[in-house]
Amino acid sequence: MASEPRSVTPGRLEPMLPVLLPVVKRRRETGDTVTLALDPGPEGFGFAPGQFNMLTVLGLGEVPISISGDPGDRSRLVHTIRAVGPVTRALCRLTPGATVGVRGPYGTPWPVAGQTGRDILIIAGGLGLAPLRPALCQVLARRREFGAVEVIYGARRPEDLLYREELSRWRGRFDVRVHVTVDAAGADWRGPVGVVTTLIPHARFDPPYTSAFICGPGVMMRFTVGDLLARGVPEERIFVSLERNMQCGLGLCGHCQLGPLFVCKDGPVFSYARVKEWLTLREI
Amino acid sequence: MTRLEPLLAEHPFCRDLAPGQISRLAACARERQFAADEVLAREGEEIREFFLIRSGRVALEIFTARRGPLLIQTREAGDFLGWLGLEPHALWVVDARALEVTRVLILPLPCLNQLLEEDPILGYQLLKRFTQGLARHFASMKRQVVNLLHGL
Ligand SMILES: Cc1cc2nc3c(=O)[nH]c(=O)nc-3n(C[C@H](O)[C@H](O)[C@H](O)COP(=O)(O)OP(=O)(O)OC[C@H]3O[C@@H](n4cnc5c(N)ncnc54)[C@H](O)[C@@H]3O)c2cc1C
Ligand code: FES
Repeated sequence: MASEPRSVTPGRLEPMLPVLLPVVKRRRETGDTVTLALDPGPEGFGFAPGQFNMLTVLGLGEVPISISGDPGDRSRLVHTIRAVGPVTRALCRLTPGATVGVRGPYGTPWPVAGQTGRDILIIAGGLGLAPLRPALCQVLARRREFGAVEVIYGARRPEDLLYREELSRWRGRFDVRVHVTVDAAGADWRGPVGVVTTLIPHARFDPPYTSAFICGPGVMMRFTVGDLLARGVPEERIFVSLERNMQCGLGLCGHCQLGPLFVCKDGPVFSYARVKEWLTLREI
Repeated sequence: MTRLEPLLAEHPFCRDLAPGQISRLAACARERQFAADEVLAREGEEIREFFLIRSGRVALEIFTARRGPLLIQTREAGDFLGWLGLEPHALWVVDARALEVTRVLILPLPCLNQLLEEDPILGYQLLKRFTQGLARHFASMKRQVVNLLHGL
């Protein structure tokens, strides 16, 4: 029986009060997406893969953003942000030296530790690779504990692929297989073109002994969950990360409610078995 | 048994066909290897062959004057490329180009169509498999359109 991800409570005494952290590195990932590394100071910043922070741009507002760095490295706090509205656009414009308000980490993690002995499937669509990158880092750091490790990643176009360097580094390893697809490409692309589920038949895993971590847009997660269930991956070992509008991030305001659950506190990572009652597949 | 029979039998499109059906298909089939960038089919040309992809990867492309070829979907090992049941002299609506060294079994349509007319049981089996594959290709295509129009 797989255990449900549990929320890891924030360590700070005043959970509503952001701390200001300086940007130390900015990397442009794609046309509209940027990765910012913040310096959390000498104590470092501990988090579990899949957790998020509330990031504030002073005078503009606060948004939930997943932590996308390596949980084994406490000295850098990394977020990958896509510019979609006022706050995320402002975050994407920040350069080294600017400061960001940070409170967190919040939410439930990908339960990597509970999957010893299983095959691991990590399936990401678009920006969904950001919250899954820490999970993959943790899986690779504990590689001996797992069976096959397969990463399936889909983006809109080749130029929308995140973390290109890491992708090729992971691809170069013999103990993990990385499958990448895009929805459309030019003539110089040599990889598959199609949706992520078209790659699932090419991944090597033993469904009853597999745990799957999935993050991406709703439609992508819906079809991926459906496909894995049909192949016999148990629903309690299919984990999804859900996005809802958030305000407090602490289970207080009710903005992110899903049935009796608060996505900010009980999630964002849930087993499909836990949320399916509140979420028909159509609504993921 | 000819050399092509085991190759046909192990391809998902022919899996679980009776040995007699496999040998009738093998009588039509030939084998071919395409180098990277070699073209299997070109838009506007008559569809004369049905391809079973054994290994490699094939790009389906639409050529645009302004942006060159646009890659719209790929076909991988285990998949098929082509059409069954179309009117005679139907034309390819995409270019198909090998993206890497690609090995295929080719079933020329005149021979294949004659076989399917003469053997309706085999014809039904192959059309069923063709329809299932087509449904898969269309499902993927529809979601690609959603991703491209509404963001992924
Ligand atoms: C748990 C969690 C983790 C997240 N992790 C990341 C991350 O790692 N990187 C990242 O870039 N974004 C992430 N998001 C989404 C991010 O929080 C929103 O994009 C952000 O709140 C938008 O704020 P804004 O002021 O820039 O734009 P707004 O003006 O608030 O929104 C602009 C547009 O984006 C849409 N939008 C807003 N929030 C969301 C959302 N949650 N999902 C989908 N569409 C939305 C709005 O409907 C609107 O169309 C996460 C959200 C949650 C709940
Ligand atoms: S964001 Fe306030 S309860 Fe979840």
